[in-house]
Amino acid sequence: MGKRVAVVGVGMTKQRSSRPDVNGQELINEAVRMALDDAGMTRRDIDAVVIGNMDHFEGINYVDTWSVDGSGALMKPIMKLTTGGTTGSTVAMAAYYHVASGLFDRVLAIGWEKNSESDTTGAIITAFDPFWDRPIFAGAVAGLALEATQYMHLTGATEEDAAYVAVRDRTHALNNPYAHLHINLTIDDVLKSPYLSWPVKMGDMCPRTDGACAVVFASENAAEDSPQKPAWVLGVADRHLWAYTSDPYVNQAIENGWWFPAMEWSARELYDKVGITDPLEQIDVAELYLPYSFAGLRYMEALGFCGRGEGPALVRSGATDMGGKCPVNPSGGPLCSNAIGATGLIRVAECAWQIQGRAGDRQVPEVKVALATGFGGCFWSDILLFGAEKPEKVRG
Amino acid sequence: MNEEKKQLITVESGEAEQPFRWSAGIYGSKFLTELRDNKRFVGIRCPRCGKVYMPPRRVCGPCFVELTELVPVSDEGGIITYTVVSFGFVDPATGKQKPVPYGYAAIKLDGADTYLLHFLDETDPAKIRVGARVKAVFEEERTGSMLDIRYFQLLERP
Repeated sequence: MGKRVAVVGVGMTKQRSSRPDVNGQELINEAVRMALDDAGMTRRDIDAVVIGNMDHFEGINYVDTWSVDGSGALMKPIMKLTTGGTTGSTVAMAAYYHVASGLFDRVLAIGWEKNSESDTTGAIITAFDPFWDRPIFAGAVAGLALEATQYMHLTGATEEDAAYVAVRDRTHALNNPYAHLHINLTIDDVLKSPYLSWPVKMGDMCPRTDGACAVVFASENAAEDSPQKPAWVLGVADRHLWAYTSDPYVNQAIENGWWFPAMEWSARELYDKVGITDPLEQIDVAELYLPYSFAGLRYMEALGFCGRGEGPALVRSGATDMGGKCPVNPSGGPLCSNAIGATGLIRVAECAWQIQGRAGDRQVPEVKVALATGFGGCFWSDILLFGAEKPEKVRG
Repeated sequence: MNEEKKQLITVESGEAEQPFRWSAGIYGSKFLTELRDNKRFVGIRCPRCGKVYMPPRRVCGPCFVELTELVPVSDEGGIITYTVVSFGFVDPATGKQKPVPYGYAAIKLDGADTYLLHFLDETDPAKIRVGARVKAVFEEERTGSMLDIRYFQLLERP
């Protein structure tokens, strides 16, 4: 049984295409200072720090050491994590584990990236096997395009279905001052945008972003002393599978009853732990790591919001728009800001703001339960649930 | 660019090289040697679930048992899913822009249960189908790399 934990402070930089005015440490510091102020803390109150990014996007290793002045981790326990696109959600989960263990009371989670400092696709390729993957792999864009083709083949979904997701998230971001992209897009604009990797077009894909995010996790006693309303962690789950870049398209998984095994498995485990039986009814808002538009169809199915192949109808119904039954990505999500190491943690930060009623023009009314996800590597999945009410117990 | 931004200094890493020396392992070496010398594909069978991994791996993840039985795999197969890459990016193996566009697919070779990502000899997505048959075309000069396969030739087009 774990201890009860809440998010009590959130900070993030405005997400931008390029931040040549700061180095990594300075960017991190902007988010950290905001999170500490938000939590009513100084760095002295922090017991430990968990930080993460993808080294190969900046070509500089060991952020845990060189950022200590900016992160506030000077002479404190710090651990660095890198798990691909899930990095931001993984640092959140690790910070949660620190506090839920009962060994730490206040832990700072930090995720950041300066994607402007390298060719993102080239850098992503270096995360994979040098013999089997790298000579052929074309990074996230083409890997996701293969997924999109397979999804359309299996379900009959169309490029127009995906464009609805692209337009929804871009429209939502117009309410988010922290978002990188503020663009008015129509379905037609998305469909007419140039192909990056058929069937994925410019309008379907996330941008490359510079940004940082910091979140303070606190134990029950510390949370109740906090100036902010605690956003309680109801539970977390994650699953990793697949070794090589060609593995996720394996039809055996689908033939064996899995649609997106890592996401379905973690969702199933988490919903069971928390008592979610009807996600669409019981979850009030979702901040999902949607790296491209087609994910906004298939993930709804993998997360149990609808049946297989029903993602397009769910999105077209407006149920995931602001004002719908379960708005998805009020912030605009990764389709509007994708500083990769920060992205999963921003989902957590946005869930906390939604629960605290502090999401400004993108606030969803009366949020009791909020869902955050991280996606990365070879179709890995992190899932976190947050609640307005303190949970009776926390199952690990 | 505004005046303030012009004064900010950035530096490029330039032509620096940092070579690595990676190990392909016993079975990976066997696979690449067969590809280079005989234009043949080799897989490996799991003694428990019977799945054939290609390229060969030493462990079956789901069964968590060691694999030892090498088996031949065909140079022909079918397309599982595909795309046509048209955006520019830096190939980290060469440091240069990858020439685009190119067809790109997950291919299930006959006799294998895993897939291979590789290039196709077609750049029009309207001419590629899930399930279409393909055959490997090899480079004349082979070095023991996945790039010894030039691309997979579509054997059927709609």
